[in-house]
Amino acid sequence: MTVSQAAPQSQAFKPKLMGGKKTGRRFAYAFLILSIVPILIGYTWLVIATLSTRTEGLLPRDAEGGIGGFTLRNWDFISDGAIWSAMFNSFLIAVAMVIGVGIASTSGGYALSRFKFPGRKAFLTGTLVLHAFKAEMLLIAIFFVLRWLGGIPLIGGYIGFNTVGGVALVMIALELPLGIWLMKGFFDALPWDMERAALIDGASRFRVWWQIMLPQVRPGIAALALFTFIAGWNAYLVPFTFTIGTKVTNMPVFLNQLISDTAPVNWNQVAAVGLFQMIPLIIFFLFTQELLLNIYAGGSKGT
Amino acid sequence: MRVELDGLSKAWDGVVGADNITLDIADGDLVAFLGPSGCGKTTTLLMVAGIYKPTAGTISFDGVVVNEVAPKDRHVGMVFQSYALYPHMTVFGNISYPLRIQKVNKEEIRERVQKVADMMGIGHLLDRKIAQLSGGQQQRVSLGRALVKEPEVLLFDEPLSNLDARLRLTMRGEIKRIQEDLGITSIYVTHDQVEAMTMADKIAVMSEGVLQAYDLPEDLYDHPKTLFVAGFVGNPPMNFFDVEIMSSNGGFHAKSEAIDLALPDDRAQKAAVAKGNVVMGVRPEDVYLVDDTAPPSEGSTLSASIEVVEPLGREDLVGVTIGDVQLRVLVDKTKGARVGDNVELAFDLSKVQLFDPESEKSLLWK
Repeated sequence: MTVSQAAPQSQAFKPKLMGGKKTGRRFAYAFLILSIVPILIGYTWLVIATLSTRTEGLLPRDAEGGIGGFTLRNWDFISDGAIWSAMFNSFLIAVAMVIGVGIASTSGGYALSRFKFPGRKAFLTGTLVLHAFKAEMLLIAIFFVLRWLGGIPLIGGYIGFNTVGGVALVMIALELPLGIWLMKGFFDALPWDMERAALIDGASRFRVWWQIMLPQVRPGIAALALFTFIAGWNAYLVPFTFTIGTKVTNMPVFLNQLISDTAPVNWNQVAAVGLFQMIPLIIFFLFTQELLLNIYAGGSKGT
Repeated sequence: MRVELDGLSKAWDGVVGADNITLDIADGDLVAFLGPSGCGKTTTLLMVAGIYKPTAGTISFDGVVVNEVAPKDRHVGMVFQSYALYPHMTVFGNISYPLRIQKVNKEEIRERVQKVADMMGIGHLLDRKIAQLSGGQQQRVSLGRALVKEPEVLLFDEPLSNLDARLRLTMRGEIKRIQEDLGITSIYVTHDQVEAMTMADKIAVMSEGVLQAYDLPEDLYDHPKTLFVAGFVGNPPMNFFDVEIMSSNGGFHAKSEAIDLALPDDRAQKAAVAKGNVVMGVRPEDVYLVDDTAPPSEGSTLSASIEVVEPLGREDLVGVTIGDVQLRVLVDKTKGARVGDNVELAFDLSKVQLFDPESEKSLLWK
């Protein structure tokens, strides 16, 4: 199915730019390779830099200026507890966001796609407008909300100011407009007949959503999960603002602490931490990749 | 189960989907809802299923109003044009779904699914994924899923429209046979009049949300009560032209600039009450090319010239003009009709239909 998707594109390429089908494909490959080169160079530098004392371009240099100077010193932070706690916090924020955004978006997106209720249109446009507000503009207002949440008995200690829960809550809220609209789009694309059939077969509304509709939008859920996980994993501004002056810190904040204004910065160590931060994302991507590719294959076959 | 619709209407923000539909379906009958796309037949069907809530009117099953009953409690089974199967489940998963919701025990589910699947001829496919089936097989699964819960009313929403012509023919017979064997009251929505004519005990013809006629198939064909029904039922469609009815020499004539035909007394008398102008309808198969073998009766022939010849295989569909009137006529292909020929046409006027041009109602049948 991916083949049939690629075909119209290369056909669109062919007649205008080149003569034959083969040359068209060659041109496409050349274009892709050229545009990917800068990115590849960047990653190559990243890997080389983490393993050497210093670099000049892509070449690792030792103290005397000759080629060489291999070292593992830049990775010393691994044995330090701070990075693991930062990583754990990043993980908590990301997972909480995937769960929170996932539940709210799949249920909200379904309702907005299928039900008619007062305020539906206002809600849809409202979320879009809200999404246009950058998080920076809301920081102060959110601060008051978090302080108030922190005052709630029992759960206040987990979701207030200066907590991972509070950060996750804010990040979920900021991510929801995207999530709801994305899932609504996926539900919109599903035929009504399938859920009508399920209703007639005896299923309740909830069961229709859970057993019939959700399995059809799995690629959408995977995409949303990946976006949300990345957003949570790379979250900087919100955690930096609302966990200030405590030991609660996540990976991006930790990384930023390495770049101090006063002392000389060890860029090779920053590169190593950066690379380290990417590893879980790569693993996560490997798991969702197949589902993600399905998005373009149309998701459900046979209907 | 006897199904009664009484004044059933559905509108969305002023757009009328179905308007004041009233009809009774006898227990065990198969009724076809026939009409062009967008005529409200599927809307009506979905109201019977409980998916749409009627704006006005009632639906009764065996005399009990079910307007407020949820779809799952109506004991209906439905087959969709798109099959509406659950693509993430196997064939077994699909057919067993209604039973699993009812929490029937596993043994019984297996038994009942197997029985239904065997009846549909897909007993060997139970472990397949839906995407691995052909269209015909998918529609059998869909029918199996509707039948497995032993519904009291079966609803069909153009179930054969997505199948190829040959398969449609087989499935048509199969559905009819199963429906008759099980004696389930059924509503069958279709825009294909051949399906409706061959399968249905009674046909409800709909147009623009309005029930145009509700009759036995043969009555719709021979005694159409409105101009719409006359034009919609029958393929190729009936020819219409405006004529004036005049009585002369003790007989009646239908006349216009190009036409002068002697009408049979019984039909003309019924229509003559209206006087003046009427719409005359003649089916393409009730007009013949005159040759030496069967001399036509007096006053039933007109000369025409052939404009178009469309070979249909067994017959030719010939487009002719008589003055400014255009007609379509079915002609035996041995007659060798050719474009440009001037021919004599004989009309079988005992089958002529006459309509009031204002109300578009038949002047012959009430």
